Amino acid sequence: MSSTASKPDVVVLDYGSGNVRSAVRALERAGADVELTADLRRAMDADGLVVPGVGAFAAVARALREVHGDRAVERRLAGGRPVLGICVGLQVMFEASTEPGAGDAEGLGEWPGTAERLPAPVVPHMGWSTVEAPAGSVLFEGIADERFYFVHSYGVQRWEMVDTTGGRMTPPLVTWAEHGAPFVAAVENGPLSATQFHPEKSGDAGAELLRNWVRSLRSA
Amino acid sequence: MRVIPCLDVDAGRVVKGVNFAGLRDAGDPVELARRYDAEGADELTFLDVTASSDARETTYEIVSRTAEQVFIPLTVGGGVRTVADVGRLLRAGADKVGVNTAAIARPELIAEIADRYGSQVLVLSVDARRVQPGAPATASGFEVTTHGGRRGTGLDAVEWAVRAAELGAGEVLLNSMDADGTKAGYDLELLGLVRNVVSVPLIASGGAGALEHFEPAVAAGADAVLAASVFHFRELTIGQVKDAVRAGGHPVR
Repeated sequence: MSSTASKPDVVVLDYGSGNVRSAVRALERAGADVELTADLRRAMDADGLVVPGVGAFAAVARALREVHGDRAVERRLAGGRPVLGICVGLQVMFEASTEPGAGDAEGLGEWPGTAERLPAPVVPHMGWSTVEAPAGSVLFEGIADERFYFVHSYGVQRWEMVDTTGGRMTPPLVTWAEHGAPFVAAVENGPLSATQFHPEKSGDAGAELLRNWVRSLRSA
Repeated sequence: MRVIPCLDVDAGRVVKGVNFAGLRDAGDPVELARRYDAEGADELTFLDVTASSDARETTYEIVSRTAEQVFIPLTVGGGVRTVADVGRLLRAGADKVGVNTAAIARPELIAEIADRYGSQVLVLSVDARRVQPGAPATASGFEVTTHGGRRGTGLDAVEWAVRAAELGAGEVLLNSMDADGTKAGYDLELLGLVRNVVSVPLIASGGAGALEHFEPAVAAGADAVLAASVFHFRELTIGQVKDAVRAGGHPVR
């Protein structure tokens, strides 16, 4: 065990989402010093910021803005400081959702694209699914063949980001899963990462993914 | 496909018996939860059978101790009556909450919970049985019961599952009161009837007694299989059940 002083500190943004206790504990287990808070200063200063999210897209987007979580995310990303979105915390990094009631709710728009209802006979997609992680993934290092726990009815089914920098941009790493159609299971894009599944509920595989993320904070 | 062990918890202790070697305290739900997690359970369900409301504080404490140590989804049901009850359980560390009798009395409760916390937290638990001779018929031949199957409601079990999903239940736990305790297998007829008309995930419950009972439930449309005593008494392990279901060609973790 490393000393407390050398542990990366992580803020789990507390904005009235459902069960966040598990995320806090899982991140602690992954080697971080974790604080659950909505304090903007702390959210901006921490080595890593986690944006959890359960429930409806519109409710999450609204609650996130109420605590100025959008500003915390923007400023951190502008400074190259890591942010990890989980579940609806992934979806709100995109522009929008077709979920009923989400019509006037904007996502943070860090990535182009829309969460749409999964075209499967049984929805929500609830359970442990495999993923297709690209080569070079940091999050999935050593666990690319594992299953992760998903609970969602909507998913981003098209990755629409195009490189307008003439190849100077480091291409984002997009991990896919499938339920009725392929959807984005995770994105690693510079300082911004996100997973549609719940790593904090995905047993040992999820713990390893969080360890991979927490480890990356040191070098960020 | 998910395998879900279910623990009945009364005032913080596991009841209905657990008999498996290697546990320091077989009555401690947290220790059992850890054990099932280590054995590959996909989720865990606690059914709170605590009668007195005073003892409910103990339930919240058990839920938080479990959530601190077990990193798979945890559903807690039993005695949930209000949106505030759901909030407390989620804050304690539950991922999903089971609702049963209170929703029969007041179906709007389902919509209220779904609006506040999302459908994915809400498991509607249905205790269904075949309509008994002399009782008023239902369209499906199955009715919803309360009081552990002792009291019929006259409500059609299949129609109730459909209505609950429309109101916002994210999942249906279908417990066959005819099969419950028989160890003769899940009620495949009931499962099939509900599967045909409900598109949210379906958990089969009641009747699991042998390895060959699980795959047919999945084939009949169950997205998850729940069992209690076969696991508690080590008649079957989670791994054996998964192997049996996997052999039927269903994806298993």
